[in-house]
Amino acid sequence: MAACGTVSWWEQREDSGRAPWVIAVGVAQLKGTVVEPVIVVEGLTKRYGGTAVVDGVSFEVGRGEIFGILGRNGAGKTTTVECLEGLRRADGGRMRVLGLDPATQAAELRRRIGSQLQESALPQRIKVWEALRWFASFVPGARDPDQLMTQWGLQDKRNTHFSDLSGGQRQRLFIALALVNDPELVFLDEMTTGLDPAARHTAWDLVRAVRDAGTSVVLVTHFMEEAERLCDRVAVLERGTIVALGTPGALIAEHARQITVRFSAEAGDLGWLAAVAGVDQVARRNGSVEVQGTGPVLAEVAAALVGHGIRPADLRADQPNLEEVFLSITGRRSDE
Amino acid sequence: MSLRALQTSAWTEAKLFVREPMTVAFTLVLPLLFLFVLGGVFGNKPNPKYYGGHGPLDFYVPAYIGLVWASVGLLALPVHLARYREDGVLRRLRASAAPRWAVFGSQAIVASVIALAGGALVIAAAALCYHIHAPRSVWGVLAAWLLAGVVFCCAGLLLSCIPTSRGALSAGLGLFFVMMMLSGAGPPFEVMTGVMRHVSDVLPLTYMTRILQAPWLGTALAWRDLAVALAIALAAATTARAVFRWE
Repeated sequence: MAACGTVSWWEQREDSGRAPWVIAVGVAQLKGTVVEPVIVVEGLTKRYGGTAVVDGVSFEVGRGEIFGILGRNGAGKTTTVECLEGLRRADGGRMRVLGLDPATQAAELRRRIGSQLQESALPQRIKVWEALRWFASFVPGARDPDQLMTQWGLQDKRNTHFSDLSGGQRQRLFIALALVNDPELVFLDEMTTGLDPAARHTAWDLVRAVRDAGTSVVLVTHFMEEAERLCDRVAVLERGTIVALGTPGALIAEHARQITVRFSAEAGDLGWLAAVAGVDQVARRNGSVEVQGTGPVLAEVAAALVGHGIRPADLRADQPNLEEVFLSITGRRSDE
Repeated sequence: MSLRALQTSAWTEAKLFVREPMTVAFTLVLPLLFLFVLGGVFGNKPNPKYYGGHGPLDFYVPAYIGLVWASVGLLALPVHLARYREDGVLRRLRASAAPRWAVFGSQAIVASVIALAGGALVIAAAALCYHIHAPRSVWGVLAAWLLAGVVFCCAGLLLSCIPTSRGALSAGLGLFFVMMMLSGAGPPFEVMTGVMRHVSDVLPLTYMTRILQAPWLGTALAWRDLAVALAIALAAATTARAVFRWE
């Protein structure tokens, strides 16, 4: 059944005269390349009371990809994902998830996807192992609850009631529940919210492992570090529309080329630094010097410093990251 | 389609029910309390003026069996489902691969087991303490019991459409107590005033009490009662189907 849905979509795409898809044999080796899409969205629109919360969103997610959806609160991330999961009915646009229409084929779709939702819970008095076994019973061929509890660090909490779990433990249980039907595609919405740094790193490793085992991942997040480390491609949503789409590296190269070089220096005239290739700006701050520039500015500055007999021990460069891209695209205002 | 989803859901729900001591006490102990209070007052000696000449306890036991179903259907079921909605459990179930028939089927199974246990407790206590007469038709009582389950589960599904558990609890409690007093599980029809009888006539439990009493006491079953009970179930189920929200 799965194959049928995908093939019909595939053929449809070829009939429409577009370039045929690149067939990938080793999906894992082709990180960042869109191969056989598990999600195709065209012009998705969702309105609440006349206001478009999602306004003409289009993107594709390839099989085996970790796709990030970024945006501030209220940008339309969760609504987009809920339309794809068949939890909300879109007002416009076309969607195919695993070759299925979420609006009309939700039951089959939900057997093949996993959803870790925001704002939902479990019965207060259910135990961890009971919840996993319960959700595992919904589909044939589900994952072994014990194995999931071990992977997600819940073994010693297996007999704990849901109401007695900490925020981080609940979050890990929700992720485990999203994976229990061994989905082809999993939606993780604010997955690491409430996790401590160590648990967050573990979660990232596990999500990579999930992908390496063949599951495609859609990651909704507002942690830029998470997106940068995990995602093959990201879409940045702002007021219901996609304002940037690409690999984290490409977005950084396009939107945040500024590199900041820092080092400590004694007082003295360093004005000549402004003439070094690639340097845009030089500033002093509490005994340290900040040089802003682009390209191989670190190497140029280092060479110039050595040429002037200055050898700072703490010379370093802050590479631009996704966070700066995000802020430069969506502005620095806060809605909080 | 495998039954494993239904089995596991029912088993999980049963365990969750047992972990709520208040609900257990309310559904299982309250009808027993009634039985002992009214049994202590009236005993089971027939009085030709009341209860259609039947022994009071012979008259009350089938009514209490219906009352247990009313408490499961009007209180336990809707409050449980409304709390699931409030907590986002329904939302999570909907997003999962859970088949809908397993979600609602497991509720019906657990409700039946509780109602069966509650009914059995009432019968056992009445038989031991007040020597009630055995039902004239066991199969008839069983069939009437099943019908009571259908009627009150449908009514409960309708009540579970109330968005919050607090609202569902208020509505359920209101209905339950009115039915408890005026549907035949309280004062006999013979002593009710005109207004009480009119109210009694619109309560589902009134019809279910008579339907349960007929095979138990060996009186004639009024087909009109049966038609009304089925109509209530159908109307409640149809409305619930249209109105029920998962979040």
